[in-house]
Amino acid sequence: MADIALAGQMTSIPDRAIAIRKGGARDTRFRVLTLSAAVLVLAIFAGVMASLIIGALPAMRNFGWGFIYTEAWNPVTEKFGALASIYGTLVTSLLAMLVAVPVGIGIAIFLTEICPRALRRPIGIAIELLAGIPSIIYGIWGLFIFAPWFQAHVQTALVDTFANVPYLQDIFGGPPYGIGIFTAALILSIMVLPFISAVTRDVFETVPPVLKEAAYGLGCTTWEVMWRVVLPFARSGVVGGAMLALGRALGETMAVTFVIGNAHHIKQSVFAPGTTISATIANEFTEAVGDLYLSSLIEMGLILFFITFIVLASAQLMLRALERRAGSAS
Amino acid sequence: MNKALYIRRKLWNGFFLLLSVLAAGFGLIWLGFILGALFYNGFAALSSKLFLEMTPPPGEDGGLANAILGSVMMSALAVAAGTPLGLFAGTYLAEYGRYTRLAFFVRFVNDILLSAPSIVTGLFIYEIIVVKMGHFSAWAGAASLTVIVIPVVVRTTENMLLLVPNGLREAAAALGAPQSAIIRSVTWRAARAGIVTGVLLAIARISGETAPLLFTALNNQFWSTNANAPMSSLPVVIFQFAMSPYEDWHRLAWAGALLITATVLTLSIVARILQPKRSH
Repeated sequence: MADIALAGQMTSIPDRAIAIRKGGARDTRFRVLTLSAAVLVLAIFAGVMASLIIGALPAMRNFGWGFIYTEAWNPVTEKFGALASIYGTLVTSLLAMLVAVPVGIGIAIFLTEICPRALRRPIGIAIELLAGIPSIIYGIWGLFIFAPWFQAHVQTALVDTFANVPYLQDIFGGPPYGIGIFTAALILSIMVLPFISAVTRDVFETVPPVLKEAAYGLGCTTWEVMWRVVLPFARSGVVGGAMLALGRALGETMAVTFVIGNAHHIKQSVFAPGTTISATIANEFTEAVGDLYLSSLIEMGLILFFITFIVLASAQLMLRALERRAGSAS
Repeated sequence: MNKALYIRRKLWNGFFLLLSVLAAGFGLIWLGFILGALFYNGFAALSSKLFLEMTPPPGEDGGLANAILGSVMMSALAVAAGTPLGLFAGTYLAEYGRYTRLAFFVRFVNDILLSAPSIVTGLFIYEIIVVKMGHFSAWAGAASLTVIVIPVVVRTTENMLLLVPNGLREAAAALGAPQSAIIRSVTWRAARAGIVTGVLLAIARISGETAPLLFTALNNQFWSTNANAPMSSLPVVIFQFAMSPYEDWHRLAWAGALLITATVLTLSIVARILQPKRSH
């Protein structure tokens, strides 16, 4: 601001030359300042990678690749394998996506096609609030309210229903504890719902109206327009949104830690207690004694970071491609 | 003639539209369920003691004063450190780098950090600060929160600066203003509301963050303003108290949960009011 005021008063040539030189120097300083802040973002990322790898080295040397496919987790004998945690992470997230993807798309259809105009904004905001609630709140709610309710009203009913059906009796079998893999997955699905519905709604809005109008003109019903015109057009955006949600679900810590039961084994039943990578780290890190124990937990963190990196990176590539298309269309 | 087909299509249409209404209902019901439980249990436990007394041992009366102080202190430190860094990085992306390869990389990495698991952030800070210092501390806690603040501020700053019309920049440049002056007194000023939104969203994001604090700031039963020592924080206390078997600890956990949610929701609503309309 001072520079502009200065520039207004300048009359003589030498003054102006000095001001230009001063401005130039200030420009360079400012540019370098912003550049180094931008590079700092890269440095943080590299630092996370490097520190995890260095921290995980002792465990890597000790267990090799076996760490990934060993189920045993025994702090007393210092035998560590991450399989149960990796399994829990993947299963809870995939189950969560099974619920959240169709429901999220349904919400987006509701908000763009069915909802009365006046209600669109408030309902949209309400759904987005689900993403704003901190995960620890989901955790405490899940532990004290949802798990007991689920145990009393849904879980026992499901166990009874499938008691004599082959395969399903194993998947929905076992004692109904309330907490476990399935409960964690349901809570995750509620948490990631807004990510899917928000991205999906945004891509739905980029569909050129003329496409929809043409389909309506041919006599299509609303559902046919959504299913055959809007969804195919918005496909990559919807997949991108789902991947983003998956990335969140995989790394989610507190909500899962409260309700998963922290049991290091793989059971066939989805009602059984289990654990995830993040829940194991959250539960055990401060109590871990011995370098190998700590290092094993850090290696699990590295595995989690690696998985989420791949998922989030592909989500981004899809959404970026979409942005470019939307940019060139308008 | 084609009446059967016609009716079938109408029925399918009705069926799927009903499903999508139910989907919206599904989302709203959970929101109501969560907020309802939170207010019901939280208000029952709310009292002035919360703000005046320390976290108690089991079976005794107490409040959350030290945890509230810790949360406020560490969040303030994290925002104070993260905001300028994020602001400068976002400015680089929008004003200088825009189409360069470096900016592309930074954007990519920043968006990964934005959604990366926060527990990994905690491990990172544990490795580089806690291990080096040899003990847990509020500095480490604040550092881990800073790592979460930066990507949020970078993203919103860039988005908001890109909304500023180029005509403004060109007008200032035509008056002879150097680029740094244009950025500081024209574009930043035009995007001020949006940038403040980003900071508010970042505060909302870290005020409920638990995972990275577990093994950086740890916890502390006592009133402590020493940033070089372990420090209590609301989320960590909620975690500890809720997982315990004691009834009165559960009550305090609910009260803490209500405090956090009220803070976060207020911040998001204010941020939404400030946020400029998106262009599309």
